[in-house]
Amino acid sequence: MSKVYVSSVVNGDPVEFLCDADTSLLDALRDELGLTGAKEGCGTGDCGACSIMLDGRLVCSCLVLGPEAEGRQIDTIEGMAEGSELHPLQRQFLEHAALQCGFCTPGLLVASKALLERNPDPSETEIRFWLAGNLCRCTGYDKIIRAVQDAAAELRQERSVA
Amino acid sequence: MNDMKPIKPDFKIVGTRPVRPDGVDKVTGKAAYAADMAMPGMLHGRIKRSPHAHARIVSIDTRKALALKGVKAVITAEDFPELDPSIVAAGGEAHHNMANYSANCMARGKALYEGHAVAAVAATSPSIARQALELIEVVYEPMPHVTDLLEAMKPDAPLLHDNMFTQGLPETPTKASNIAKFFKQERGNLEEGFASADLVFEQRYTTQPVHQGYIEPHACVASVSADGQAMVWCSSQGQFMVRDFSAKIVGMNQADLRVVPAEIGGGFGGKTVVYLEPLAIVLSRKAGRPVKIVMSRDEVFRATGPTSASVMDVKIGVMKDGRIVAGDVDCKFQAGGFTGSPVMAATMTALASYDVPHCRVTGWDIVTNTPKVAAYRAPAAPNAAFAVESALDEIARELGMDPMTLREINAVRNGMTAIYGAPLQHIGLVETLDAIKQHPHYEAPLGPNQGRGLAVGFWFNGGGESSVTVSINPDGTVSVATGTPDIGGSRASSAMMVAEALGVPYEKVRPIVADTASVGFNEITGGSRVTFSNGLALVRASEQLVDEIRLRAGLIWDVPADQVAYADGIATCLAPDRAETPLLLGEIADKAAHFGGPLSKEVALNADGVAPCFGVHLCDVEVDPDTGNVTVLRYTAAQDVGRAIHPSYVEGQIQGGAAQGIGWALNEEYVFNAKGQMENSGFLDYRMPIASDLPMIDTIMVEVPNPVHPYGVKGVGEVPIVPPLAAVANAVRDAIGKRICDLPLSPTRIHAAMTAG
Repeated sequence: MSKVYVSSVVNGDPVEFLCDADTSLLDALRDELGLTGAKEGCGTGDCGACSIMLDGRLVCSCLVLGPEAEGRQIDTIEGMAEGSELHPLQRQFLEHAALQCGFCTPGLLVASKALLERNPDPSETEIRFWLAGNLCRCTGYDKIIRAVQDAAAELRQERSVA
Repeated sequence: MNDMKPIKPDFKIVGTRPVRPDGVDKVTGKAAYAADMAMPGMLHGRIKRSPHAHARIVSIDTRKALALKGVKAVITAEDFPELDPSIVAAGGEAHHNMANYSANCMARGKALYEGHAVAAVAATSPSIARQALELIEVVYEPMPHVTDLLEAMKPDAPLLHDNMFTQGLPETPTKASNIAKFFKQERGNLEEGFASADLVFEQRYTTQPVHQGYIEPHACVASVSADGQAMVWCSSQGQFMVRDFSAKIVGMNQADLRVVPAEIGGGFGGKTVVYLEPLAIVLSRKAGRPVKIVMSRDEVFRATGPTSASVMDVKIGVMKDGRIVAGDVDCKFQAGGFTGSPVMAATMTALASYDVPHCRVTGWDIVTNTPKVAAYRAPAAPNAAFAVESALDEIARELGMDPMTLREINAVRNGMTAIYGAPLQHIGLVETLDAIKQHPHYEAPLGPNQGRGLAVGFWFNGGGESSVTVSINPDGTVSVATGTPDIGGSRASSAMMVAEALGVPYEKVRPIVADTASVGFNEITGGSRVTFSNGLALVRASEQLVDEIRLRAGLIWDVPADQVAYADGIATCLAPDRAETPLLLGEIADKAAHFGGPLSKEVALNADGVAPCFGVHLCDVEVDPDTGNVTVLRYTAAQDVGRAIHPSYVEGQIQGGAAQGIGWALNEEYVFNAKGQMENSGFLDYRMPIASDLPMIDTIMVEVPNPVHPYGVKGVGEVPIVPPLAAVANAVRDAIGKRICDLPLSPTRIHAAMTAG
């Protein structure tokens, strides 16, 4: 089987890679581009550990094919911090101890950021339903929800100051 | 909950909530898990698994697979040494029969459950490895199978092992059966006890197998050199366990196998055994190249974990005033394809929260054609507590007594002896019950279709072998090496305890989880032992360093060590006739080459003196009368935590355990079809709690310190999963007015109970 040439933009940088036609975007990111922040927990779109943004839309990268990334913008956990400056969500996850094993954390952060971009002031219920596609087995979600609430407040503050 | 002030003002660091040292890598995607590992020339391994629940393996023809271009090795059980059943390895929470472990990693002669590994390949790409699996020709002779626990106990049940004769009975039977072992704990005179009771309550309770559900599938990379030395990178709860088990299974020296622990993406007991590592080692040895194997979620469900299905018959005798006078609990636990369910722990924990003068708890370990069970957070205790705490709830109703009062009357107290013989000291059950009673949740009003449930849980906690190294660097910072994978924040608690003991800032202490060649032997991360056992070793090493620091400062000043005081990172000269400028820790460390050599201490110990802990959970539910669907409205969990080193991670353990228990109570179960195949081997059909299923989980940390540990640590990770099954079940009983004794409390089951007469 010949490989497919794919050109796209990942975290703002142009990238090119070759992959089999049936390679998932998750595997392409991890194996071809060395971006291992997105994780495979199930491979069937049920756990959300592989969450990324594709043209500004939250997707499970295990359900997207690598060749589908052609000409599109991809954002992953590796692009969330600005250099050594953590995103408020990342900081709040740390402050709240909203992670234990950390395996679901990249997906939860990407999904939470997507939520706050469309809804800067979500209720607890809205956060819980938005994150219903991201399984966490360690925390019982309590501290994750609180971290997202506090990050949202911080981002609203930033916006009102700006 | 978000109060960031220390709980105990007498400590500077213990009880505060700093950011965990491994945190930044985990929020930026940098943290390296086993599946993230890649090596030059690395091959991809895949495992062929039995589609039959029980089948004799007549032949395996690997020739076509080997002929496929890109296939570098194919292995079957013939590539592993046949082990004598007497060979055991320490690790996990008991001694393990390595012949069974080997046969579980790779089926030998018979496949004992659907998903049992029968062959494995290593190829240059994952897709070639997948094709090669299809080319391996396995001829099976399917045999009658049994997946149900009670069916497996029948005299005419299909036999898994021809040579299994029940152990632990007064007389060993002469007929083989699926009943592997019998256990018994007893005290007093049971007949007398029941004869004196005003009320005797009897009921059977059942639970189904559930999976630990860690989000990270098992993964490893093995690289064997031509001289037989090997390295393994893997996700596990114990690099030393992986080394020792794998070395025995593949037949190599322990010193030739160096196991490097990757970040672990959840374990909950399910990563206290090996599945992939021996296969990857043998494939790598054959192929001469590194081999990576990563399980799919489907494989995780079919071939790892789960915990036991269980059947518990409870008989409890009480007086009208609520005193329990007799208890008789019989526990039957599913072990899966090989012996080794955690039923002994069920016999020890079932009545451990209460002072029962006359009691007996019996346990049966039953093999079935299902995946070999693995430990799951407080193994067996949740099942046993589900039965006993549900029974107590009914007894309280029959007595017309508040369920809290019934428990207060019977709660174990300091100075009593556990049914398994251990003296109970420094325990905080009464205090924990009181904490729930004082919480606003306890008296909050309930609406229509709502109910409230209370339940208690017990766990032993663990001690055992830990080795650590604490080194003071020339600039006064501190490096800490432990040998237990960090699944719940142990690097944070390690750094905090060392910082407290050495009087240095937390940020100056950097902990790692070292590989098997870089630190002495450690038992697994499990049994809620790490903060206790490692903590003892870390504090002892730090204290030895403080002695050494005083000695060194004395050498510098030319005064005896007893003329040197050390606190908060500063050594002060106490000699009356001297006016020396105090020395900073870094100044002393920087002079180490001239005054005594490296400042480093290794402490290896076998920790004793662990104290058990208790959890008391309170749960409110609402049941939809039309569908039987349960919504958990409010959840409060109190726990005797000894002392919380990092309160946020103690809360996290409590919340996470409660969430797992809620899933176990309401949704989770293995469903097997008539062929003995698992029908729900994905997260869509195996329904773990998601964010929208749960409320906030309020925690109350009750601190009754264990004086054996310098900071009062007991262990906190496991007991949180013990009470929820019964807390939820009791709440549902309260809401619908009917008792369901079988888990999970699925909508169908509840709806059926509600609509039945």
